[in-house]
Amino acid sequence: MSRAKPEDDEYWNSSKFSAFTFDDEDDEFTKMKESKRAVNSILVDDDDDDDDVEKVSWSGEPIGSKPNLTPCFFFFFCLFYNIHQGCSSLVLEIYQPALFSFNILAVISFTDTSTRAYAPELRKPKSECKDYMSDWSPEETVRRMRKGRAYSLERFRSLQDKLLLLDEAVSLHDGNVITAVLIYLKRSLSKEILFRELMVREVALRHYVHYLKEMGEQKLLLMQYKEHLNIKDEGRRRDFLKSCLSLPFSQDDAMHVQDHYTLLERQIIIEANDKRGEAEIFRKYPRKASILNMPLITTLYYSCFYHYGEPEGTFSSPANIRKTFRISEKQYILTALGARAKLKSWFDVDSLFNTKNWLGYTKKRSPIGFHRVVDILQKNNAPAQVLQEYVNLIDDPELRLSLAQKYKCHDIVIDTYKDLKDRQQLIVYQGKVERGSHEDRKIEELINNMQIRWKN
Amino acid sequence: MYVIQAAAVRGRCAGCLMAQSGRRDAPELPDFSLLKRLARDQLIYLLEQQHEVDKLYKVELKPIVSTADQLCFLIRPRIQTVKWISDVVNLDKAAGRLRRYKIIFTPQKFYACEAVLEEQGVFGDVTCDEWAFYLLPLDDDIISLELPEFFRENFLEGDQRWVGAAGGALRLIHSLYGPFSKVYGIGQCAKMVYESWREQVEDGEQKTQQPEIGNVFLIDRDVDFITPLCSQVVYEGLVDDIFRIKCGSVEFGPEVTSSDKSIKVMLNSQDKVFNEIRNEHFSNVFGFLSQKARNLQTAYDKRRGMDIQQMKAFVSEELKGLKQEHRLLSLHIGASECIMKKKTKQDFQELLKTEHSLLEGFEVRECVSFIEEHINRQISMIDSLRLLCLLSLTENGLLPKDYRSLKAQYLQSYGIEHLLTFSNLKQMGLLVEQQPGETLTVMESKVGKLVNDKTAGKLTDAFSSLAKKSNFRALSKRLVLIPKSGEEYDLRVPRDMAYIFSGAYVPLSCKLIEQVLERDGWTGLEEITRMLNGHEFAVSGGANGTESRIKADSQRIVLVMFLGGCTYSEISALRFLGRERGYKFIVVTTAITNSGRLLEALLDNHP
Repeated sequence: MSRAKPEDDEYWNSSKFSAFTFDDEDDEFTKMKESKRAVNSILVDDDDDDDDVEKVSWSGEPIGSKPNLTPCFFFFFCLFYNIHQGCSSLVLEIYQPALFSFNILAVISFTDTSTRAYAPELRKPKSECKDYMSDWSPEETVRRMRKGRAYSLERFRSLQDKLLLLDEAVSLHDGNVITAVLIYLKRSLSKEILFRELMVREVALRHYVHYLKEMGEQKLLLMQYKEHLNIKDEGRRRDFLKSCLSLPFSQDDAMHVQDHYTLLERQIIIEANDKRGEAEIFRKYPRKASILNMPLITTLYYSCFYHYGEPEGTFSSPANIRKTFRISEKQYILTALGARAKLKSWFDVDSLFNTKNWLGYTKKRSPIGFHRVVDILQKNNAPAQVLQEYVNLIDDPELRLSLAQKYKCHDIVIDTYKDLKDRQQLIVYQGKVERGSHEDRKIEELINNMQIRWKN
Repeated sequence: MYVIQAAAVRGRCAGCLMAQSGRRDAPELPDFSLLKRLARDQLIYLLEQQHEVDKLYKVELKPIVSTADQLCFLIRPRIQTVKWISDVVNLDKAAGRLRRYKIIFTPQKFYACEAVLEEQGVFGDVTCDEWAFYLLPLDDDIISLELPEFFRENFLEGDQRWVGAAGGALRLIHSLYGPFSKVYGIGQCAKMVYESWREQVEDGEQKTQQPEIGNVFLIDRDVDFITPLCSQVVYEGLVDDIFRIKCGSVEFGPEVTSSDKSIKVMLNSQDKVFNEIRNEHFSNVFGFLSQKARNLQTAYDKRRGMDIQQMKAFVSEELKGLKQEHRLLSLHIGASECIMKKKTKQDFQELLKTEHSLLEGFEVRECVSFIEEHINRQISMIDSLRLLCLLSLTENGLLPKDYRSLKAQYLQSYGIEHLLTFSNLKQMGLLVEQQPGETLTVMESKVGKLVNDKTAGKLTDAFSSLAKKSNFRALSKRLVLIPKSGEEYDLRVPRDMAYIFSGAYVPLSCKLIEQVLERDGWTGLEEITRMLNGHEFAVSGGANGTESRIKADSQRIVLVMFLGGCTYSEISALRFLGRERGYKFIVVTTAITNSGRLLEALLDNHP
């Protein structure tokens, strides 16, 4: 639906049609005005009401009884939860039906989070009830609802009737109707009873939870944690995350949330120091963005880039981050390699892989394949001799050969063919190097060497 | 707004590049342009008959600056949008401003939305209408409901609000192109949509007419999650993966057009160049395009040595067509180059190799470490998630230690807020831990405590039972989804639907459709449906008396309705199947999807 031709725009903009009136009395419109009329009729004496006998349902309760309201105001309550502030506020909206104008009178705060009030049900006056009291069964009612015809849920007052209605809606597989019935049940049943019944009605339960989610009224455990994304200020976000630590997460998730809090705490400290950008490295490579709210690995990369070599005691040092967040060696090496290669600190790159054995010899060892190391170095435009050193460390001769050829490390190609005793390939390769060059002479020497036992 | 299209005479797709050997007697497809006309007329009616409309607003959830004294909103029935409109109304009221408001919900209004209007005290100030716009024909054989939210709301949230709409869409098709003689289906939602449709048909009047569509197949997206999670390698799917096709059109940026502006192109069978390559494996596309370019050159070259009269004829008859073709050709060459560049950059070859190994169940440990490294290097967040899901689906869940470690590393690389994403994926059964059935519920109940309500603490208990096993290995064996490895697969002459995944995998969804059509039902597939959690059905339609008169042609037209979305690769596979077996498939889908869209719908890392 995204295509709009100019002529379409012109059409939409230039249409002049017959005037629209709000007092259409068509069927749909009547329905929409139901509640408005209900409100109005509470206030004025209903002259048409010639039926003085109060209607009583089978259970003996009066039907369509008027709620006890002040004569000229109708109060409409709704409650919003404001969970992370630890209190709920009751917003009181007052309608003055005569004018039907709207204003917010007061916002009253409660400290007790469990307080919950519901809108009193709009009851239709007796005269109107007559039309609706035609005995629609639960089945008929939900069917009428699905077709968008007039219906009334008022007569479903006993728990049994309400549940029949709900089950009927569920059996229709129409989520729209299921939710409509649930909204009615929410208004007319206590939360405890409603949940008790929903526990054994999975489909209805999921509709209800989704409805609450969309309305922003109820937050499942993780939804509660998700709230932090709405908090812009990093200090408040950190405090909010801290408050999440006490939530009953699973063991694993609790650890992740703890990490999240610690990470943001560190980032705030680092950011405060680095924002000024006084060290030389910041002048040479100005920061592109703040480190706040970045993922852990991005933070580690940042730390390897700007704070490499700092002692483990400082929060901003790679060593500290690595230890605090239990970062695997593989992950650490990958990230540090990326950062140091970006800075072209080939010496740091070297020392990442250097290990000393018990005799004191240095040897290169890596938890990631050296072909991957080469890949990263190459992407960071490493000079030929650095690249060559690492290509040479690739274990698998096939892989080594293909990368050596790709990056034109002639010596390695030649040596590998020599190791593989592949004279034919060596001759083929001789055609690819510059005639008379050092490589050319080396190959020449090798293929004439009678001491090598070539396989071909 | 959709383009109001004149009912153009369509050049039917003839002479496709491959499968020339396919059956030529395939029936003609019904003309769906009628659907657009119907929808357009209804909207015009809504706007024309009742209200004087000055301007339609695109809802952006920002304050409205307008002097108009009536506002009309054309929206999807979403609570958030209705809340925003309520705020607009209440702000106006507070400022003492008198306005009239109209909401047109499409395709239907929900009671929950009206309840919001009521709750916000604007019911009555705002009036509502419905624009029953269910079906947008994207091409000769693709109709979309354009309801991407269907997927998440139905499969993750368990909200059946769109079942009625899907049933309604089916009813509309039925009344225009039916009656159907046979309806097959699999999946919980499919069954509900079928029932909803049946009831709606019973409510309405029954017409007798010549059927144009004989068979219908309804399938839930959760019957097959593997297929939409695989990288697409057929041209149309690749274009969708990389450039994102929206409502059948795509915007090619400067890197494709090799100029400084972007071009919007309609991608459908009207585009002659595209029509010939859309279903092709990408490896064939370059060859085809360069052949096409040579032909074009020859056609242009004809000009040489023409006399004035011939030149005149050439200019008036051929030149326009050639120029058009020239333009399209250069666009698709540009797009192909761009695809190549992007794919080589991200080590696509290795990615594909991992996907294929997972599908095959071969060298799984290597796959795990590839995925780990992918995560460690912070390469595409969606691709990492996609591989994790593929691993879980093909292996019936991850080993507990892998699950914990990969999840932790994922959160470290892409942000801890993805905790919610993992919880969603778990609930969907897309990314789970292998464990014996018992412990699952215990674990879940520990996790699933509600914060501010103890009564509802057991909520997620109910959900945990929903995560189901995928049984992919067993299914793949029974349905022979993985062709024997080692055999050379010539992608230019595909032998089965596996060509859409380089010959590595036959899409499960399409294989099921093939099998059911072949067997005229589910007989013999009992074991398979059991592994897919059942909910299969096959019902003969109501057209009993007229059975003999039903045109043989309509029997070979099969409408496949994907509930929760389908991919372009699946459509390509069905087109292939159609050519092989003499069927014509019409795909009706709640939306076109791909791995990116599918997973993005389940992300919860933003407010």
